[in-house]
Amino acid sequence: MDMTVLKAENITKSYDNVSVVEDISIELKKGEIVSLLGVSGVGKTTLFNILSGLLAPDEGKVFLKCEDITGKPGSVSYMLQKDLLLPHKKIIDNVSLPCVIQGMKKSEAREKVKPLFKEFGLEGCEYKYPCQLSGGMRQRAAFFRTYMSSNGVSLLDEPFSALDTLTKSAMHRWYLDMMKKIDMSTIFITHDIDEAIYLSDRIYVLSGKPGVIRDEICIKQHKPRDEEFAFSFEYMEYKKRILKAL
Amino acid sequence: MRRRLQSITNKIPAIVSIGLVVLLWHILSVTGIVPSYMLPSPSDVMKAFIEDFELIMMHAGVTLVEAFYGLLIGIAFAFIIATVMDRWTIMHKALYPIMIITQTIPTIAIAPLLVLWMGFEMEPKITLVAITTFFPIAVGLLDGYKSVDRDYIDLMRAMGAGRYRIFTHVKIPAALPHFFSGLKVSTSYAVVGAVISEWLGGFEGLGVYMTRVKKAYAFDRMFAVIIFIVIISLLLMLLVNVIKTISMPWILAEKRSKEQ
Repeated sequence: MDMTVLKAENITKSYDNVSVVEDISIELKKGEIVSLLGVSGVGKTTLFNILSGLLAPDEGKVFLKCEDITGKPGSVSYMLQKDLLLPHKKIIDNVSLPCVIQGMKKSEAREKVKPLFKEFGLEGCEYKYPCQLSGGMRQRAAFFRTYMSSNGVSLLDEPFSALDTLTKSAMHRWYLDMMKKIDMSTIFITHDIDEAIYLSDRIYVLSGKPGVIRDEICIKQHKPRDEEFAFSFEYMEYKKRILKAL
Repeated sequence: MRRRLQSITNKIPAIVSIGLVVLLWHILSVTGIVPSYMLPSPSDVMKAFIEDFELIMMHAGVTLVEAFYGLLIGIAFAFIIATVMDRWTIMHKALYPIMIITQTIPTIAIAPLLVLWMGFEMEPKITLVAITTFFPIAVGLLDGYKSVDRDYIDLMRAMGAGRYRIFTHVKIPAALPHFFSGLKVSTSYAVVGAVISEWLGGFEGLGVYMTRVKKAYAFDRMFAVIIFIVIISLLLMLLVNVIKTISMPWILAEKRSKEQ
């Protein structure tokens, strides 16, 4: 079934008469991982702010399932490069914050997230403060919180780029593993070509000024993808095609 | 155990330097380099303090009540005004200059006016304390509100939070450390402010006691009450620190994880 969960149509946005993104249309199907690939300054973050409703586009519309959410925040969840865990809240209160914001009582929200700690690999961290966790664990907690606030759709803005290489590849495996377990469709921003090919079902390549979509590539390799894939002929072909579009 | 030992070692230089100052004071007055009617020795001061203990305590009670109510009003005003200024930029523009101006008015100059307007009871003293303690707390809160990273606010909005939730979940906790820094300064201002306003008119309080013993040239009693005020201020600042530690448990966790 080709079910589209999030759709952006003809998005255009400019700041002070300088066009940042122009006529961008993208869509996300249920269960998909789609990446937005492009060099910095191409308007990826602006596009994300529009998709999440934080920013209203000059032209174009954003739909969640069939509902128009243009300029209305609070419908899809958003995770940034920085983990942005609130330093004064324990991990359990950080991850249950979306529920509290939706009007749930603190104790109820805690009960709701408690059983999920094991699944997210954060067992035993419930009552710790963010500063007591390593970078990778904090990112997991941030991802957990994103999951709690999502209506099945999440936007990840360079979620792994602040991590060191080893933590990063461990996080990639963990992330793909999580995505199989939970029902979530994701768009994520990256400027790392290898990361995009390794994780995505589809890749949108953004480039130019203003940013436009240059290419859309389906990565057909089945998941889970092993290390061999990175040395395969197909992989090189994908990489070549992306580099050409950038 | 190790931490406790370390905290004692850290305090040794301070204890030694204070001890040396007291020793120097003692030598100066005992040897007669400075005549004892001008500078009473530490033991004379101690004796005077013990003799007048009950009287000083009675006056101290009045001063502390004034300082406490004044500080409470100062905190309440600081909170309301800083929050309003943070919420509406126009209020910030309108109120900030007034805030600065109130701080440049010398306390000594308005204290007698307050007495004329409000009488010789507690009201003018409480008002003066409120005026002097308001500023450090308001500035602390304003800085604290502003210290919040824009990304946190965007994240909260993306989760569907409105202004109120952003304020309670993000802004207030971020402002707490700044608030306490301001409160620490204000606490010492509160006691000194109350004493100064008592100098300029009143029937009770440490300031009144001070003017009386000064007129009698009882320097030993004068020194006793000065040292007593210093000790009260220090204890109150310590109390603020204790409240700060209790209300921000995550700061302790951060310190511990840095030590490891």
